[in-house]
Amino acid sequence: MIIWEVAYELGVEYLRLWKAYVFPSPIDVFKTLYSLFADQTLVIAILSSAKRIILGYLVSVILGLIIGLIIVKFKWLDENASPLILGLQTLPSICWLPFAILWYGLNESAIMFVIAIGSTFAVAIALEAGIKNINPLYIRAARTMGASGFKIYWNVILPASLPAIVSGLKQGWSFAWRALMAGEMMSATKGLGQVLMVGRDLADISQVMAVMIVIIVLGVVVDKLIFGQIEQNIRQRWGLDRA
Amino acid sequence: MSIKVEDVSKRFITKHSDTETLSRVNIEFKPGEFICILGPSGCGKSTLLNIIAGLEEATSGRVTLNGKQVTGPGPDRVVMFQEAALFPWLNVIDNVEFGMKMAGVAPAQRRERALKYLKMVHLTKFQHAFIHELSGGMRQRVALARALTFDSEVLLMDEPFAALDSQTKMLLQIELQQIWLETKKTILFVTHNVEEATILADRVVVMSANPGGIKKEFQIQVARPRQPGNVDLAYLMNNIMQELKTEVEKVAKAEYDNDWNIQKNPVLPSINDNLGSGV
Repeated sequence: MIIWEVAYELGVEYLRLWKAYVFPSPIDVFKTLYSLFADQTLVIAILSSAKRIILGYLVSVILGLIIGLIIVKFKWLDENASPLILGLQTLPSICWLPFAILWYGLNESAIMFVIAIGSTFAVAIALEAGIKNINPLYIRAARTMGASGFKIYWNVILPASLPAIVSGLKQGWSFAWRALMAGEMMSATKGLGQVLMVGRDLADISQVMAVMIVIIVLGVVVDKLIFGQIEQNIRQRWGLDRA
Repeated sequence: MSIKVEDVSKRFITKHSDTETLSRVNIEFKPGEFICILGPSGCGKSTLLNIIAGLEEATSGRVTLNGKQVTGPGPDRVVMFQEAALFPWLNVIDNVEFGMKMAGVAPAQRRERALKYLKMVHLTKFQHAFIHELSGGMRQRVALARALTFDSEVLLMDEPFAALDSQTKMLLQIELQQIWLETKKTILFVTHNVEEATILADRVVVMSANPGGIKKEFQIQVARPRQPGNVDLAYLMNNIMQELKTEVEKVAKAEYDNDWNIQKNPVLPSINDNLGSGV
């Protein structure tokens, strides 16, 4: 923060390298942040973004897990569909937006679709890799103990690949977040991305910065509170944090 | 419960090689018998056990359990592996309960039986511990408790103590003898350790290598519980060792370079030695 302020003082006030509208001072940014919270703009934006991402993300997790399981189950599908899925994953999800708008119109569903498609493949790939890397001994042991079919999936394969699944979920979350922002900046009437876009349109650099800060803070909070807790829990159980 | 292995052969065919791991093996295990299968590494003893367990399929021949042919793995032939194969996402008691959970036993009953067997291996204090908190010996005890919960009459053990230190191994060998005397299970125990085989078994089956087959059987009629260092066992061990030596040599010949020879000079030469220099 101090470095930021010093850079601002030096660059904008004294040396006049940049204009104040390209490089905001931290004080201005926090003032804007405060006023955005005070007039509820950000609260509404955060809530509507949260609703979209939670729904979109849930859909993608369910779809991703189903796709992953299907791929693992059928070897020929694995051989043929894996490159396709990898390709689809590298495609930035915002590229789906034109499609989404044509299919669903300029509305919530379109953004949700972009979010879901962004993280589905990350989850599917992580699940597939997780299942493929299970120690075969666990499966052999489970089979000699009378586990088979669905039971072996539920009681052995899924828990054994859980560490990989969680890292896939985490990755999926960050893809979903990016897709959400891109989608909102392009086509939404409310939401964080839209507030950020308004800041750009009004050449209000401190508003842009303020929204960026909110996004970063939200990302860190979700990561620490949800994924961090789950990962910590797994690491403790498995004894992975003893190195 | 008697197990019959009839004419079982196993070939592993890959792009580069065709190995006959087992060649027409015939053997029968009587109910309540403790059998050790002994052989050099690579003689197919673990393969034989896996075929009996149903984890691998025989190329030809068949295995029957009480007259019924074995087609796949099942809880009537529980296997204990060299590594404990406990699930790291479950704690000790849940691991012990796993088999009963698969069989659909009610939770209260499950817990009660799991505790009974944990008591048998002296680990009730650790019932809520996670697997990584246990030592290697404790893990094998948990695996043993888990195997006992199936109440199967057959227990298949694939070098379960091989990775343990010798003190822990000794303790577990004594405990296994006691558990076997209490439960009267048929135990098939694969090992490469001659001492372990003589301490544990009623009958030691020595396998030959390349291709794997039964070479010779030894009846061990020594009073239990047996301790290492018993004179009768030492005599038997020596006999078995002679039988095994040629097999070990055969395997080594196939794996090592041509200049290798099991008959080493019986006098260890030292750089200070100069035999005959004083004559």
